[in-house]
Amino acid sequence: MATSGHQLSYHINVDTSDVESLQRGSRIFVNYCMGCHSASYMRYNRLGQDLGISEETLKANFMFGTDKPGNTMEIAMKSADALKFFGVAPPDLSVVARSRGADWLYTYFMTFYRDPSRPFGVNNLQFKDVAMPHVLWELQGFQKLVYKTVTHEDGTEMEVIESLEQESEGKMSPDEYKNTVYDLVNFLVYLAEPAKFKRQKIGIWVIVYLLSLLVLAYMLKQEYWKDVR
Amino acid sequence: MDKIMKYLCALLDWIDARFPLTKLWNEHLAKYYAPKNFNFWYFFGSLALLVLVIQIVTGIWLTMNYKPSAEDAFASVEYIMRDVEWGWWMRYMHSTGSSAFFIVIYLHMFRALLYGSFKKPRELLWLTGMFIYLTLMGEAFFGYLLPWGQMSYWGAQVIISLFGAIPVIGDSLALWIRGDYVVSDVTLNRFFSFHVIAMPLVLLGLVFVHILALHEVGSNNPDGVEIKKKKDEHGIPLDGIPFHPYYTVKDIVGVVVFLIFFSMVVFYNPEMGGYFLEHNNFIPADPLKTPEHIAPVWYFTPYYAILRAIPSQVAGVFAMGLAVMLFFFLPWLDRSPVKSIRYRGWKYRLALTAFTISFLALGWLGMQVAIPTYTWLARVFSVIYFMFFVFMPFYTSTDNDKPVPERVRYP
Amino acid sequence: MHDGEIDRHRRRFLTTAATVVGGVGVAASSIPFISTMMPSAKTKAIGAPIEVDISDMKPGERKTVKWQGKPVWILRRSQENLNALSSLNTEVRDPDSSEEQQPPYAKNEYRSIKPEYLVVIGLCTHLGCSPSYVTAADQEDLGPDWKGGFFCPCHGSRFDLAGRVFKGVPAPANLVVPRYRFVTDTRILLGDDTGTG
Repeated sequence: MATSGHQLSYHINVDTSDVESLQRGSRIFVNYCMGCHSASYMRYNRLGQDLGISEETLKANFMFGTDKPGNTMEIAMKSADALKFFGVAPPDLSVVARSRGADWLYTYFMTFYRDPSRPFGVNNLQFKDVAMPHVLWELQGFQKLVYKTVTHEDGTEMEVIESLEQESEGKMSPDEYKNTVYDLVNFLVYLAEPAKFKRQKIGIWVIVYLLSLLVLAYMLKQEYWKDVR
Repeated sequence: MDKIMKYLCALLDWIDARFPLTKLWNEHLAKYYAPKNFNFWYFFGSLALLVLVIQIVTGIWLTMNYKPSAEDAFASVEYIMRDVEWGWWMRYMHSTGSSAFFIVIYLHMFRALLYGSFKKPRELLWLTGMFIYLTLMGEAFFGYLLPWGQMSYWGAQVIISLFGAIPVIGDSLALWIRGDYVVSDVTLNRFFSFHVIAMPLVLLGLVFVHILALHEVGSNNPDGVEIKKKKDEHGIPLDGIPFHPYYTVKDIVGVVVFLIFFSMVVFYNPEMGGYFLEHNNFIPADPLKTPEHIAPVWYFTPYYAILRAIPSQVAGVFAMGLAVMLFFFLPWLDRSPVKSIRYRGWKYRLALTAFTISFLALGWLGMQVAIPTYTWLARVFSVIYFMFFVFMPFYTSTDNDKPVPERVRYP
Repeated sequence: MHDGEIDRHRRRFLTTAATVVGGVGVAASSIPFISTMMPSAKTKAIGAPIEVDISDMKPGERKTVKWQGKPVWILRRSQENLNALSSLNTEVRDPDSSEEQQPPYAKNEYRSIKPEYLVVIGLCTHLGCSPSYVTAADQEDLGPDWKGGFFCPCHGSRFDLAGRVFKGVPAPANLVVPRYRFVTDTRILLGDDTGTG
């Protein structure tokens, strides 16, 4: 019997205008991700401005000791140390949502499962043999893979992944965890392009302007072209 | 009011005595007579000029904050996207502009194929246009390395390796282009130089020559009739109208419509689903790890598909080069006495349709992972692509062309 | 062409309207090009207020720190220095600091919050060179009456120990006092004066 790849993938409708979700996501990011990952193109004060977080809160809950509000979200961990711990240097996450996409990230966070053969005891369906431990395990608990056997038309049997099943409880219910991951992915999408909201707000005015200019330009053209026969 | 006008006229006289301002205005706008029957396809020349201006201006401003070094390039682009006021707009205008440039140029070239604008007496106009196209390809290729993402890096690596396939001198040539054993900081630095100085200068020079050549022979039109053959008693073509104001006001409409589409991309979909800005290019260049699936940007993919379709490296590179170069010979390959598709026979119509489908299909195939079916499809379309050129002297000279009217049809 | 049928009025109106509306668009699209050239978030972050420790400064000592890329001097003046200032009132151009070269809380005899500590931007108000600090002791050619101050090597402008410009030199105004405040008795925050009188 052979096993085949997974079919589990999730779709997420991100909404980067949901500031509260972004705020929750930013806290998850700072508390769980920034132990190892930096976001070195993002500045704390930009985060504060865009997500409506006061400078005091930023200083108390987001920034490390000597950071200033204008600093970027760097981390203390040296990449040489990280290389020793994980075998790879944890990548900077500033633009990860642009290279991976929101669905990929969402599925990634949802599909960690127990796999004793891996150094940290977990594997991932989206990112096979990922070097990263399941950092959110205390929230989600652990999942295990459930297989089912499929018989093909030619009689060969194949074991395929059917689903992921909760093996041990986390601090959160599955629904709460799902919402948390949503917030996190939402935040990562915002993080990848903080100017997105602004550009969409400006864009509509640019297009409205151009449409009205078009009316005038068209009337002008029609007026002159009356001459041409 | 009258007094001001008097002074302005005096100023104009003063200038005209020293610089041919009024003369230039008349020769190229107010008394440049263009056929009155231009249609949709005739917007793309002026649009190409507009995109050129957009690219140059946004490029100048991007250069103020971009750092051409392997260490800083990727970060400086993100710096532009986040820390620089309106930097995101500058960058998206430029990235969207590069794709828009090729869209506009391809449509402009297709117009020439439709209405025979490359045919006598416009051979030099066509050749200068082809040189613009080649320069533009170089400009795009050099510029694509600058963000220093994974696609930038490996795209440059692959394309430079194409030169490595040239017999005998290949390896030294590739080394010379890179200035290093792999694409590196050194390569980035020189590509920056080419992208911001060398190519734009050449491009501007060629565009100038192109417009000069156009205004010498005069524009073709959808009927392929030479309007200069029928003139009135003042020597003005009967079917001609002054470019200004008639085509300036018309082109403004085209420009505004273009800008609406352009803005929709810039403000709402700058990545264009990964075709204008590729997902993998948001990962910094890593010389030790190639992304799983790499393909050039969409505007190069027809040629890339031809390259991949041929199982020999040298032959593939040769075919790819030939696919571009064959366009140069169109004025002499086409033997038909008729210019416009309106009066051509079924053979050219069929050939052009097949060619257009092949070009688009190759473009699509060049973006896909090369599974065997696709490779075979690419071979079929490559053959059609080359047949369009190779058999052109035969099918155009034996086509059942229709009689061309004396005057253009309008409306 | 049939000139007789042209509605010139309508034509002129449409041309003007399209020109005006198009002109507004061109003007608006210059905004990005202008704002891009202003200081970026990074530049602003680097130019953010900085704290300076002055606990180890001895009387007569000057400390130079970089703030917003500019040299900022912190000078600890002795009682003797402070006493000498009023004697120069007739020799300096703007003895009472009536020109706005300092925040209101530094518009006083000593041009500082605490008389002892002078905080000024170390760039000459003439053309932006950085003057040198010349004490009364180590002066050579600045005359026997020199009580200590700053001398600009570029065009010879002179300033006293409160950064006030002397008469008869090219510099038009006193040295600029930046915004600052004392966080503690021995720490100065440069560039931020929230809560200062």
